[in-house]
Formats: sequence, C-alpha cells, structure tokens
Amino acid sequence: MAMLRVENLEVFYGVIRAIKGVSFEVNEGEVIALIGANGAGKTTILHTITGLIQPHAGKIEFEGHDLVKTPAYKIVQMGMAHVPEGRRIFQQLTVLENLRLGAFTRKSNSEIQASLKRVYRSFPRLEERKNQVAGTLSGGEQQMLAMGRALMSDPKIILMDEPSKGISPLIVMEIFNMIREISSGGTTVLLVEQNAKKALEISNRAYVLETGKIALEGNAEELMNNENVKKAYLGE
Amino acid sequence: MSFISNLINGLSLGSMYALIALGYTMVYGIAKMLNFAHGDVIMVGAFTMFTAAATLKFSPAISIIAGIIVCTLLGVIIEKIAYKPLRKASPLTVLITAIGVSYFLQSLALLIFGSNQKSFPMLFNFEPIRVNEDLILKSDSLMTMGVTILIMVALTLFINKTKTGRAMLAVSEDKGAAELMGVNVNKTISITFAIGSSLAAVAGLFFGLTYGFIGPYTGAMPGIKAFVAAVLGGIGNIPGAMLGGILLGVIENLSKAYISTELSDAIVFAVLIIVLLVKPTGLMGKKINEKV
Repeated sequence: MAMLRVENLEVFYGVIRAIKGVSFEVNEGEVIALIGANGAGKTTILHTITGLIQPHAGKIEFEGHDLVKTPAYKIVQMGMAHVPEGRRIFQQLTVLENLRLGAFTRKSNSEIQASLKRVYRSFPRLEERKNQVAGTLSGGEQQMLAMGRALMSDPKIILMDEPSKGISPLIVMEIFNMIREISSGGTTVLLVEQNAKKALEISNRAYVLETGKIALEGNAEELMNNENVKKAYLGE
Repeated sequence: MSFISNLINGLSLGSMYALIALGYTMVYGIAKMLNFAHGDVIMVGAFTMFTAAATLKFSPAISIIAGIIVCTLLGVIIEKIAYKPLRKASPLTVLITAIGVSYFLQSLALLIFGSNQKSFPMLFNFEPIRVNEDLILKSDSLMTMGVTILIMVALTLFINKTKTGRAMLAVSEDKGAAELMGVNVNKTISITFAIGSSLAAVAGLFFGLTYGFIGPYTGAMPGIKAFVAAVLGGIGNIPGAMLGGILLGVIENLSKAYISTELSDAIVFAVLIIVLLVKPTGLMGKKINEKV
C-alpha cells in the first residue's frame, strides 16, 4: 500500500482552478519527483498536502489517515515534514533555535539531542554557526538549515520544495547529495523541482505536472529518455 | 529634590503605559493586527476590581485576582468572536472591528455603571516613604514600578525560555512555517491575547490607584498613549514597548512639571512624530527584511 496517496485533487485560488484533478502516490522508501514549469502547481500541491491550503475536492491519505481533515499543525506529528519553498527559516532566531523549533512536537529530550547530533553530522556548517542569527546565513546555508529543521522532527517522509532555487551550483550538488543521503537513511522523499535534470537523477519515479494536471509519469530513467521531456524540461 | 519625585512619578506612569503597550505590541507581533479595544480592557479590569472590592466587599487580593481573570477571559473571548473569523480579511476590516469592540465595551460599561466617575477603592494602605524633608515618595508609585519590573522579567523569560514562548516567536515571524513545525497557531494567538489582557488588568489596577477615579472612558486615553509607546519603541518589539512606555511616562510627567500641564499631551505626541520622522520603524524596531 502506498505511504502517501493523492487522489483527484482539485484546488482553487479564488475562481481559478489551480490543480485540476491530480492523482499520484508515494511508496515507502522511494524518492519521487514532481517536476514541471513555473506555475504548474507543484508548490500548491505540497501546501495542500501539509494543510496550509484546503483543497476543493479530492483525497489525501497518509498511512491510512485522511490529511484533508487534519489541521496543518498536527501533520508533522504524524511523521511528515515539509521544507517549504523559499526555505522560510525563522530569520530572527538563531540556527539552534530554528533546529529546536523543528523538534517542537517531540517530547523526549534525549531523542531531540540525538537528532540534533545527526543533523550536525550531516551539516557540519550548521554546528559551526549554531549561535548565529539565521537571517545572516547564505542562501545555501539557509537551505541546509531548512532541511536540518525538517529532519529534527524525525520524519517518515519529507516534502522538499525547490531546494535548488536561488543557490549556487556547487551548493546545489551538495544539497542533492544530502537528499540522497536522507533517502538512504530510510526517509521517503517527495521532491518538487524546476531543475528536472537534477531531480530525475536522484529519484525513482517522477510525475510531470503541466498547468495543474499530470501530463506524464513513469520511472525517472524512462522520463529522462522521453523525447518530450528532453525538449521541454531538460533543454536538449 | 522635587525633580526626583517627578521623575519617579514619571517612571511609575511610564510603567503603566509599558504594561498596556506590551499587550498592543505582542498582539501586533503575533496576529498582525492593532487591537484598539485593548485600552478598554483596562477599564473592564478596573471596574471588575471596583465591583469586587467596593460593592461585593471582597478582600483586595481576591478583587485583584478577579479583575485579572475577567480580563484574561475577555481578551480570549474578544479574539474568538470578533477577530478570529477575520483572520483572512483585510487589515482595514479588522481595524474597524477592533474600534467597534472598543465602543461596545465602553457602552456596556456606561449601561451598567452609568456615566458618573466612580471612586476607586484604596486597595492598599501604604504610607508614603519619607526619604528626607523634601523627598517624599508615593508608595503606590514604587509598587507600580516594582511590579512592572517583575512582570517584564517574567515575560522575557517566558518568551525566551519556554516552548510556548518560542512558538510565539515563530508565529510572529511566519505563521505558515510555524504550523509546519507543529505549532498550533490559533492556540498561540489565544495565549497572546490572554497574556496581553491580563497585563491590561494590572494596568487597570494601577490606573485606579494612581488617579482614584474610574469611568467608562477610563481606558481610552491610556490606551492611545500606550499605542503611541508601542509605536515609539517599534511595534511588535517587546523590549521596545517597555522602553517606549517608560520614556513616554517620563516625558509626560516632566513636561507637566516643568513646561505646561496643558501642553504635556501635545509634547508626547510631538515626540512620537519626531521619532517616526527620524526612525520610521521606532526606536528598537527592526528593518523589515524584503523577501526575495
């Protein structure tokens, strides 16, 4: 059974139907990419999954729980973390305070400390800067902080929205390596990316989103060799 | 030596403004709205204490606690009924609603207590402290300052050291991101209104003790001045509200003593205008980061 199942999802922005009946599923352990151009509705889908936007119709099921009726703040407790677009770290708080907020719903202090150690091991730079105000970090470091913050909730699945956006190519490599590492650590990943090439390189399967609809789906490898995908998204 | 006593009275008045300004600034920081009914919560607090002590003959301690509880509940109820349904409405709609709530509370007090000023019961019978021949300190001024300092320390610790406090900081920066961390935003906003309103009740007590009279419009002027104090310090900024309130009280009292009683309010508002011209974000306000 799929870990996360989205069925016939429809989302409206005012009178505009932004998502027009999207269905997809994510199985445990997979890295799934949702690719598509700007405005295709990728971010809207992630926001709807984690409850920041209410859908007009459709189902979202996570491990058998109906997410549509679950308030956003309860979703992280169920084991789903969301690294939002634009990172949205708490700029005026320190790196450590940001990470601690990532573990907001967890009770056991020793488990939180263990997660903190793990995050520092993955992102040594965050430990070096733990007392620095987050707003002063570089874009790449902020992305690492946003990912570290999500990992602090010890999620079963992590939703990542445009992790490569506005970041220098060198750091992008590092960030994609980290996503791979997160996945091999046993966490399921749902990745939204404009950088289709990078996303397909690290994912098992992918869905191509065009103006609020799934246009194509399949194995990452198949899609990479698909002529239409090559033309439209891979710039070949 | 009269300068020292004027200064102390100013600090005491400023402490009262600071307590009220904290409510304005915390609610603004977290709910991004100006709660213009906040001043009238002071009045409700003062009238509750008046009723409990003078009419029902409860002890001072019980009367004060009753005032704090009533205001705390009132703050939470106002938010639930009047502001929560408008969470997604335009700021102007919320502002007009807040003014409506303010008039509602004033009219309600007018209906229950009438328009005559009531004499506030002397809940404490402190002797003035005689330092020397010239310098006599009013005990309630000292108490106002002492209690305010305690409250400020407690509030600062609460916000920086507790989980709820950190949730408040997170919500004030980014509601959506805070929700993704598992913070219950509605609950956090309720708590903020509860804290702000309980501080207003304490301010109501100090107002009654300082001026001796209360009426349905008692909260309006201190409310506006505390709002000025919050803006002066940088709205949304907690230390700023404390600083703004105390500065305002001192400026007001010293202008009354040395310049003119009639002009003191004009001077207070002139200071606000000058500060905002020089530093539009207020004394301790942070520059707003433009999101890229």
